[in-house]
Amino acid sequence: MTTDTVGRFERSLDELAVSVEFTSTADATDRLDAILEPPAVGVSLPFDDVSLPERVAAEPTAAELADARTGITPATFAIAEYGTVAIESRAAGDEPISLYPEHHVAVVAATDIVPDIGAGFDRLADRFAAGGDSIVFATGRSATADMGGLVHGVHGPGEVTVVVLEDR
Amino acid sequence: MAERSHAPDQSDTGAAPNSRAETAAHLRHLLETEGEAIHTQTSVSNYRRAQAYDETDNLDALRTEARAIKEDAIDRLPELIETVREAVEANGGTVYVADDAADANAYVADVVEDRAGVDDPEAATRGEEGEAGDSDGNRPSVVKSKSMTTEEIDLNDALEAAGIDVTETDLGEWVLQVADDTPSHIVGPAMHLTREEIADLFVEHFDPDVEFDTPETLTKFARDHLGEHIQDADVGITGANFVAADSGTIALVTNEGNARKCAVTPDTHVAIAGVEKLIPSVRDLEPFVDLIAKSATGQPLSQYVTMLSPPTDSPTVDFESPDEPLGGDDGTAAANRDREFHLVLLDNGRTDMREDDQLRETLYCIRCGACSNSCANFQSVGGHGFGGETYSGGIATGWEAGVHGRDSAAEFNDLCTGCTRCVDACPVKIDIPWINTVVRDRVNRDDDPEAYDFLVDGLTPDDEPDGFDLGKRFFGNIATVTKLGSATAPLSNWLGDTELVRSLLERTLGIDRRRDLPTFERQSLVDWFAARGGERESRRRAAAADLEEQTAELDREVVLYPDIYTNYVDTDRGKAAVRTLEALGVPVSVPDLPESGRAPLSQGMVATADRQASRVYAALAEDLDAGRDVVVIEPSDLAAFQREYERFLPERSFERLRDNSYEICEFIFGLLENGADRDALSTGDGDGDGDGDGNRSIAYHSHCQQRTLDLEAPTTTLLERCGYAPRTSSVECCGMAGSFGYKREYYEVSMDVGDRLAREFDHGGTDLVVASGTSCGDQLEALLERDVPHPIEVLAPNSAV
Repeated sequence: MTTDTVGRFERSLDELAVSVEFTSTADATDRLDAILEPPAVGVSLPFDDVSLPERVAAEPTAAELADARTGITPATFAIAEYGTVAIESRAAGDEPISLYPEHHVAVVAATDIVPDIGAGFDRLADRFAAGGDSIVFATGRSATADMGGLVHGVHGPGEVTVVVLEDR
Repeated sequence: MAERSHAPDQSDTGAAPNSRAETAAHLRHLLETEGEAIHTQTSVSNYRRAQAYDETDNLDALRTEARAIKEDAIDRLPELIETVREAVEANGGTVYVADDAADANAYVADVVEDRAGVDDPEAATRGEEGEAGDSDGNRPSVVKSKSMTTEEIDLNDALEAAGIDVTETDLGEWVLQVADDTPSHIVGPAMHLTREEIADLFVEHFDPDVEFDTPETLTKFARDHLGEHIQDADVGITGANFVAADSGTIALVTNEGNARKCAVTPDTHVAIAGVEKLIPSVRDLEPFVDLIAKSATGQPLSQYVTMLSPPTDSPTVDFESPDEPLGGDDGTAAANRDREFHLVLLDNGRTDMREDDQLRETLYCIRCGACSNSCANFQSVGGHGFGGETYSGGIATGWEAGVHGRDSAAEFNDLCTGCTRCVDACPVKIDIPWINTVVRDRVNRDDDPEAYDFLVDGLTPDDEPDGFDLGKRFFGNIATVTKLGSATAPLSNWLGDTELVRSLLERTLGIDRRRDLPTFERQSLVDWFAARGGERESRRRAAAADLEEQTAELDREVVLYPDIYTNYVDTDRGKAAVRTLEALGVPVSVPDLPESGRAPLSQGMVATADRQASRVYAALAEDLDAGRDVVVIEPSDLAAFQREYERFLPERSFERLRDNSYEICEFIFGLLENGADRDALSTGDGDGDGDGDGNRSIAYHSHCQQRTLDLEAPTTTLLERCGYAPRTSSVECCGMAGSFGYKREYYEVSMDVGDRLAREFDHGGTDLVVASGTSCGDQLEALLERDVPHPIEVLAPNSAV
């Protein structure tokens, strides 16, 4: 990760109309709390000293998922070139939590931002080799042009925020 | 097989004049009802695709890599099927290889019935509540994401017949399901419908409370409606854009997110993919993921590229148990419900396609729709005209011939004019025009296996076999016809103008009487050149050119290829070319050379074209060995030399001709680049220094095949250098495309395409308009009602244009 890569990631997200927030590990929980719109559901975050805000349901039920406005998940890595976050489809429920609520908040460590899609596939291959088997490259907001004009927020989120942990 | 709701009415006799009229009526209907919506969407996608390609530095390397992966995968297909079977089974899923549509459909229906807890499928079919279906007594239900492969096998009809409810969740597919319509485009299946039409459809079917006045209200309604279906479904069915064999990974490329929901919400996921979707490993996905959105819509990357190796660890979401936790890090609770995954790999003719040297390339197709978007005819009529039972656009000819049979391909194959604009668009470099040519050849042979490729030098055969398309035979032998027309001019021209002859031509050959016929010159270009003193005179004139310096680069000799139009119909551009070359100090010869094979190729007469290639090469071999350059005026003939001859000639012969043949303006530009003096030419008002001051405005339409050879730029640069300010067209093809625009069944499509070009050039109306292709010029002359010369006629010394 270089400053340049982070800058490129930020520009890509800007073009996709995805919000990006930079935060330190210490401030991350408060920042997430400020971003989310309740009710919120989430997956517990794999970063030391970063926990989900209290008002986020960490092991949600189907009903909580259906009602949630915000879903918070980690991103295993991100691709600067395209503004992509890599969401793993894990038992903790990253996939439905990133998909069903209207607003998806993805949390990624700055060191996990890779420059381009080639490096992204290197990371993906590493994860697969280490036992992972399902990853979604999510880029921007869910969209359709099937109804006579471009509309965001179809089956997936119409709003996406990426939170970058600057010191990780 | 469900009937296409847009299929033209077929007369049961299939007699030629009737079917021409029927085809014309069908296409006219589509032009009127769907053409505008289709054109709006496809032309924008095509423009964005071209932009995205331009902005991608390593585009060609990506396309080459993607193609190489596909070539290798298809080559090793039986091995990859075994690899994926082992991988999916190791993951806990099942692989089923289905021979055909019925086999695949039966398997999927069994899975759904099993997972929905149907004990007696017959009861489900009868709809007896309480005896069949899942625990709440409903019919088994399936939610689906978009999949052309399931369209190919008519899965929905088969499942419905088995008593299973199916809901499409891709918005476009769902609209079609509600409307009982068929896809008009492989990527944007409902693009032929406007927002207003969709709103009317929803009001009629759902009697909703909301008013559908924006795309947003329509989308929200669809999302809410489909969301409920997804929550209640027993089984989720997806296609697969790619399948990575070594890990059993399904790649799904979507923008809406519905495929993700279908794949992971219900406890059972069935993915249906043609066997050709297999690639060796996830690492091989990279070039495809990078290319597919760019080629499809011009997006840098699709919203969601899902790479799942099911059954996944992701918890199922059971909305009937709303208070149960989904999962948790330790994989307890719902995550442990038994997920099932079935990968159905469909053959349905693909193994035979793999064995077929000509159709195999079709299997490399990643179904991005770029060939449809870049096709001028497709932009006018859409996939309901330019499509078969399932697939549409240029590549559909290969798919339909392979999976549904040649009859399905024959319905629409002639809408491919061989313009080659799709060749640059295809992300895996498939020679789509060639597949169309080959299938046309086979269709012709089906009609008359014995006597199709009669000798091009003969006139008409003695007997006319049944079912043989006279029009195709006529246009395939246009060299003979044109030679005769010239020999008998002006009688042939007078005859061609009479109502009796036009009516006869329309009935027998299908030549539309609204189209002006070419006017033959009595003296051919070859005869003119010989009469003026031949090569010796040309040498004298070239030597007399007042040259300041004669460098080695300018010490050239040219064989000007007398294509049949330049030779017999439009001799002026040939004479202009000769005079221009001589004025720049280059001596010319204009021998009587064989027809290039372009005309028979365009009619699907491959063997005849092959023979013509050999004849042309034989006639030019000595000149090539002597170091002479072959200069060609008609771009379609140059394209034959530089593209199709690769398939007909030995490699060394092909390369020799390819490397030593030039388009006329490309060649003149090369001479100027090497020091020749532009003042020998007729220049515009500007000084050609590049700042454009005082340059005379000129509208230039390059030929479609010329663009594919990357030879538009030399002409525009040459015009700029010579003091003109060229304005080029964005329309991919003029719509005339050789013989296409003459044909009665396609005349209106041709004019629709041409109108778009004419509108671009028409504003102001003061520009000089030039075109490189004969038929482009004819089309523009008909539409603009003014002369449209070749650029060389403008640039030739002492030009009066």
